This record gives sequence, structure tokens and C-alpha cells, in this order.
Amino acid sequence: MNAPLANRKSWFEATARARIGGLLDAGSFVEFLQPAASQPSPHLAQLDLPGAFDDGVVVGCGRLEKMPIFVIAQEGQFIGGSVGEIHGAKIVGTLRRAVEEKPAAVLFLIDSGGVRLHEANAGLIAISEIMRAVLDARAAGVPVVALVGGSCGAFGGMGIVAKLCSGIVISEEGRLALSGPEVIETVMGVEEFDAKDRALVWRVTGGKHRYLMGDCALLVDDDLAAFRSGAAEFLTGWREAGPSLAALRSSQQALENRLAAYATYRDGLDVWAALGVAQPDSVPLLDSDRLVALKKGLPT
Amino acid sequence: METLEFRFASHPAGPAADPALCGVVGSGNLEILIRAGDDPAACQLSIKTSARGFGDTWRAVLGDFAAAHAAGGTTVAINDMGATPAVVTLRLAQALAEYQGGAQ
Repeated sequence: MNAPLANRKSWFEATARARIGGLLDAGSFVEFLQPAASQPSPHLAQLDLPGAFDDGVVVGCGRLEKMPIFVIAQEGQFIGGSVGEIHGAKIVGTLRRAVEEKPAAVLFLIDSGGVRLHEANAGLIAISEIMRAVLDARAAGVPVVALVGGSCGAFGGMGIVAKLCSGIVISEEGRLALSGPEVIETVMGVEEFDAKDRALVWRVTGGKHRYLMGDCALLVDDDLAAFRSGAAEFLTGWREAGPSLAALRSSQQALENRLAAYATYRDGLDVWAALGVAQPDSVPLLDSDRLVALKKGLPT
Repeated sequence: METLEFRFASHPAGPAADPALCGVVGSGNLEILIRAGDDPAACQLSIKTSARGFGDTWRAVLGDFAAAHAAGGTTVAINDMGATPAVVTLRLAQALAEYQGGAQ
């Protein structure tokens, strides 16, 4: 599924609107609450900062391979894709509408560092409402698929939201974690984590590491078409299982096992070696197809 | 932040795909929303910019735009995060092309 580089349209570099254009069936997107009908963040205006008409998130409906779907796309270039009050309300409203209208899926294009600190409590509340709304949509039988491959990754509260989704489609460029690298370095010191070591950051939070660890359902190329086919592939045959205590216990156990096995390691390289990868050094250079093949060959 | 308002005479714009949005409020970038206005012979612009004290530069760049393009009958709203005049000129032309039903 590797398109030649010249034919790829980078997901990482695209804006939220361009991602939607490349993801959905051509011409099928209809935006809810268009920019002209929306209003920029009142909190940013109070702080004397310019807002964005759509408050950094585009929501609407459309079709993916003819399936009716809803889509939520965060704009990472606007204040790091951060979640403010209006931004969050648009996401929650779209997820609640999905509970009523039951589209085949909600595609959640996450590109965010988490809460918009300028909006403080309003942003924190928005994140918690998004978490609940994702779980409500899934409980109503609507899968929510996170697509992660933007420059801001999925961090902070949005890292948690990503893991609450039915599954995650990620690219090598995508990153997923709770505390961002700079946050860890600031709080724990550079000896704990050097946020300027970009290769280390990607070995610990990047798409390849997340895929090898089983945190993400699919690893795709940094390409609009690859995310489109990845989302469609994930949804093929996927059915939302209802909440189950047994499933929660088993994932809790898996997390405890993981903590016991890897908590002392400092680098993705050590973790990959422990996973059974023969040449951990080669992982950062593998293309996505080869990495997928490598994971298939690992002992389980 | 500084809020600026301008009005320039301009030839009427062609048939419109109202409204048109272009660009992103990111570092060194801006977003432009063009809607239909009241006066077909004038282009009305309002700007919110993070960079203070560049009113004269905005007036020059936007005046050139209104003179060079048929942008009459439009209301243009801009959110700016420190875009350079060259980027502003490029985005304005791009936004107007989309407003007139042009290429993506």
C-alpha cells in the first residue's frame, strides 16, 4: 500500500479542512456550524488574542466509501489544536448528534496538545465532556475512530480521548501520549527525558512505537489516501461491543503486565528488544509496510 | 491585539460562492472569510491582528488588493497571527478566487 512519495499528499502538512477533503468521498462533506455562522472564542478575545472563526475544529457529515459518517477535525496550527470552550462544545455536539442519527462511524481527526490553557477550567470541562460523549456514542453502537498523524499528535486530555475511541489509525509522524515531552522535562528534569532529542521523543511516543506496543489498530503512511483506506479498513467488520467488566479487567491486567515488563526501560529501543525485535536499531528506518510485517512476526 | 477597519472602492466581484474561507490562524499565517456585502462598489474589511502598530502597512496592502482585483460587494473578515504582507496578499487573492467559485 506504499504510494510513491511523489504521489502522496502529506497528512502531517495538511490543514484540518484539507484532511477532510482527502479523507471523505469527493464533494460529500457538509459542515455543521460553518465559520460564518460560528463565533470565535470569547476567552481569547478577553485576553486580547485573535481567535479563529471555527475555533480550531471543523465538524460535519459526509461519506466514506459511501458509508454515512460524521467527522471531527482539529486544526493543529491554531494554538496547538487546543480544546477551548467552543471547540469542545462543537465536538460534544457532533458526538451527541451521532447518538441520535447513528452514522456508520465518527472519524475523529485528532491533532492537539490537549486543554487550551488560556481557557483553563472551561477547557478542562470540555475535555471531560468529550470523553463522556465518545463513550456514549460507542455505547449507542457508533464506532469512533481516532486518526492521529498531525504535527501536534494527541497529548494531554486528547491523548486520553484517543484511547477511549474504538481504535486508532496512526502514521509514523503521529504521536500519542499523556504528558508531552516538554512537560515531562520541565517537571522531572532533563535527566528524566530530553525533549530536544526528537528521535528519542518519537521512539517513545511516535506512531511506530505505539503500533508495536499494540496501542493502535493500524499504522499507515503519511498520506491522505492512506488514512482514507486505513479508516475504511478499520470499519470493515468492526462492531461496537457493549461495555463489559470482563473486557475492562483484561485490559487492566494487560496494562499491569506492561508496567511490570517495561517500567524500568528508558528508550523505545530497549522495549522493542524486549518485544523480540531482532534489530531494534533498524525500526526507525523501516517503512510502514515492513513494520507491519515485523509486528506480525513478533512472539505474542 | 489590534482591530482595524477599512473600506475601499473596488469593481464589483463576479458571481459568488458565499461565504469563502481561506487560511488558518497559525504563526505567520491568517484566515480570511469573504461574505457578500451591501455596496457592490466597495470592499469592506475588518482585521483582528496579534501584531500592533501595523495599521499603515495593512492600509497599503489592502488598498493594493482592492485596486488590483474586482472585490466590490464583499465583506472581508481577517484573523491574523503575524502574517507578512506577502502572505496577506497571497491569501487575499486565494480567498477571492474561492469566493468567485475558482479553483481550490
